[in-house]
Amino acid sequence: MIQIKDLHKSYKMGKNSLHVLKGINFNVEEGELVAIMGSSGSGKSTLLNILGMLDSSDSGEYILDNVPIKDLNETKAARYRNKFLGFVFQSFNLINYKSAAENVALPLYYQKVPRKERQEKALKYLEQVGLKEWAGHLPSELSGGQKQRVAIARALAAEPKVLLADEPTGALDSKTSYEVMDLIQKINDAGNTILIVTHEPDIADMCKRIVHLKDGVIIEDKKIEQVRAEQYV
Amino acid sequence: MFNRDRWKEILEVLSSNVFRTLATSFGVGWGIFILIILLAAGKGMENGIRADFGDIATNTMFMWSRNTTISYKGLPKGRRFSFKLEDVQAINDKVSNLRFISPRNQLGGFGGGNNVVRGLKTGAFNVYGDYPEIIRQEPMTITSGRFVNQNDIEDKRKIAVIGDGVKNELYDQGETVIGTYIKIQGVNFMVVGTYQKKDSGGGEEGQKEIYVPFTAFSQAFNMGNDVGWMAITANDGSSISELKEKIVGVVKENRKIHPDDKRAVGYFDLYEQFNRVESLFGALRWVAYFVGVLVLLSGIIGVSNIMLIVIKERTKEIGIRRALGEAPWSIKKQILMESIFLTIISGMIGIIFGAAFIYGVNAVLDSIGPVDMFINPSVSLGVVVSALFILIFSGLLAGFIPAQSAIKIRPIEALRTE
Repeated sequence: MIQIKDLHKSYKMGKNSLHVLKGINFNVEEGELVAIMGSSGSGKSTLLNILGMLDSSDSGEYILDNVPIKDLNETKAARYRNKFLGFVFQSFNLINYKSAAENVALPLYYQKVPRKERQEKALKYLEQVGLKEWAGHLPSELSGGQKQRVAIARALAAEPKVLLADEPTGALDSKTSYEVMDLIQKINDAGNTILIVTHEPDIADMCKRIVHLKDGVIIEDKKIEQVRAEQYV
Repeated sequence: MFNRDRWKEILEVLSSNVFRTLATSFGVGWGIFILIILLAAGKGMENGIRADFGDIATNTMFMWSRNTTISYKGLPKGRRFSFKLEDVQAINDKVSNLRFISPRNQLGGFGGGNNVVRGLKTGAFNVYGDYPEIIRQEPMTITSGRFVNQNDIEDKRKIAVIGDGVKNELYDQGETVIGTYIKIQGVNFMVVGTYQKKDSGGGEEGQKEIYVPFTAFSQAFNMGNDVGWMAITANDGSSISELKEKIVGVVKENRKIHPDDKRAVGYFDLYEQFNRVESLFGALRWVAYFVGVLVLLSGIIGVSNIMLIVIKERTKEIGIRRALGEAPWSIKKQILMESIFLTIISGMIGIIFGAAFIYGVNAVLDSIGPVDMFINPSVSLGVVVSALFILIFSGLLAGFIPAQSAIKIRPIEALRTE
C-alpha cells in the first residue's frame, strides 16, 4: 500500500540546515496497523506529514497505492489527500461552527458527492463510531473522546486507502484513549490500513507493528502481538 | 455559485460575528449612500438649471449693432449704424440651416420711463416689434385672444399682445382686455391677446412686455427699414455656434463694415452658454462619481481588512479543509464570494437608504415650494445598475488580497498553530 525509499527531508533554519529524515525505507501492506514511535525531534511527525502530502520530501520515493506521489501542486495534493487519505489529529481539528454530521460530511463535499448521499453517509459513519444521536451537536457540545470519534468518522467518510493518525490519544485520558484505540482496532479489523504516530508505549502496543524512529532513521521495525483495547474499556 | 452549502457557509461565517459584519458593511453602504446622494444632488441641480432655460430655443443667437471701430470704404470709424430688413433677407439667402431669423425692434427697456397709457393708468413696459416666429424662440402661453400673425405683419395692423403683468397694471380686476385700446407712445394699439411666460429667470419683467407686429411698429415709431436686433435660431441638426461667424460676415458686408471689425456687431450665443452649462453638468457628475468612489474605496478597504482578519482567525479551519482535500481555488472562491456578498448586501442597503433619503428630500422640497436651481433630485435606474457593477467589482477587489493570502496558507502550518 505504501512504499517509501530513501526518503530525506531537511529544514532550513537560517544558515543551518536541519536534517530531519535521513533516508527512511519502509513499506506498509494493506490492512496493517502501524505505530510510528519516537521521541520528539525524531522526525515522526515530519514523516507523517510527508505521508499525508502536507509536506514534501527533498529526495526519495513515495508510492501510495501504486501512485507515485511527486511534483504535487496544491490542487493535486488536495485531490490526492481527499481520495487516498484520512486524517486524525491530536487536537481533533473539527470545524467548530459545523455540527458533527456536517464535519463528517465535509470530505464528501469536496468529492462532490450529492447532498443527500452525503448526509446518509455521514450518519452511517457516525453510527459506526457510536455517535449517531449526537449528529446535530456542535463540537463544543461534545467531550474529548466524542470529538475524536467524530474526527475518526470524518476520516473514514471519504473511504480512504490509508488512515493517518497523529497522536490520536494525545489529548485524552487513558480510559478514553482506550475507547478510541478500540475503535481504531475495529476499523483496522474491517481491513483498513492505519498509521498511528504516538509516543505512548501502551498505545503502540495496541498496534500490529511498531516502527521506531530516532534522529531521522528507523532504528527498529518489528511486528508485535496486538493488545486488544477492548479489555480495558 | 448557487451551491446551497457554499451559501450556508457564507451566512454562517458572516453571522458568526454580527457586530463586526455590520460595522464592516456600514463602510460600503455609506460609500454607496454618498455616491447616490451626490449623483442625485447633481441631477437636482441639472434639473433646476434646465428648467431655468425652460422651453427657450437654445440653439439661438442674438445679434445687435454697435458703433464701428475701423474706418472702411470711406466711412469713418465710430459710425452708428442699424441693421436693415435687407440684412434679414441676405442672411436668409446666404446662410443655410437656419430655422428662424426674427428681426426685432424695441421701445422702453430697463429703467425706462412710462411709455404706455390707458385711460388714467400709465406704465413703463418693454414694447417689441416682432414677427410671429418669435413665439417659437421665446415660448409663451397665450392666455386669451391670439398672438401676432402673418396678416398683422402684411397689413401693418396696430394690434398688441400684452403680458399678464401689463394687464394687472393697466386694467382692473375682471375687466375685459381683448378689444380695448392702449396708447403706446401716443399711438393707439388694440389689444388682441394676453400671454404668460414661464418664469425663466427674468421674473416679473418677463410678464411686462407688449408684442406688436414688426411692420406696424416700424411705421408707428418711424423706424423705417431699421432692425434693432435679431434672434436667429439654427435647425436642430446644426449648431448656431458654427454658423454665427457666417451670419455676422453677411451683415458686415451689407452694412459696409470692415471684416476685421470685431466690435461693430455684438452677439450673444445662447447655445454656447447652454453647452457650457451642459459641460458643467458633466463635470458635476464626474465629481460625484469621483468623490463617491473614493468614499466607497475606504469602505472596500475596510471589507478587505476584515476579510484578512477573518482569514487569520480561520487559518486553522482552512488548514483542516485543505487537509481534508479542499482545492485551493475552492477556498479562494469561498473568500471572494463572501466578500462580494458582503459588499453587495451592504451596498444595496446603502442604495435603499440613499433612495429613501432622496425621497425625503423631494417630499420636503414639495412641501416648502420651489427652490432656486434645484428641482427633483433623483437617480436613474442606470445609476443604480452602474453602482451595482461598482459593488461587484469592489467586492472582487476587496476579496482578492485576502483570498490570495488564504490559499497561501499551507495546511501543515495552519495545523501546527495550536
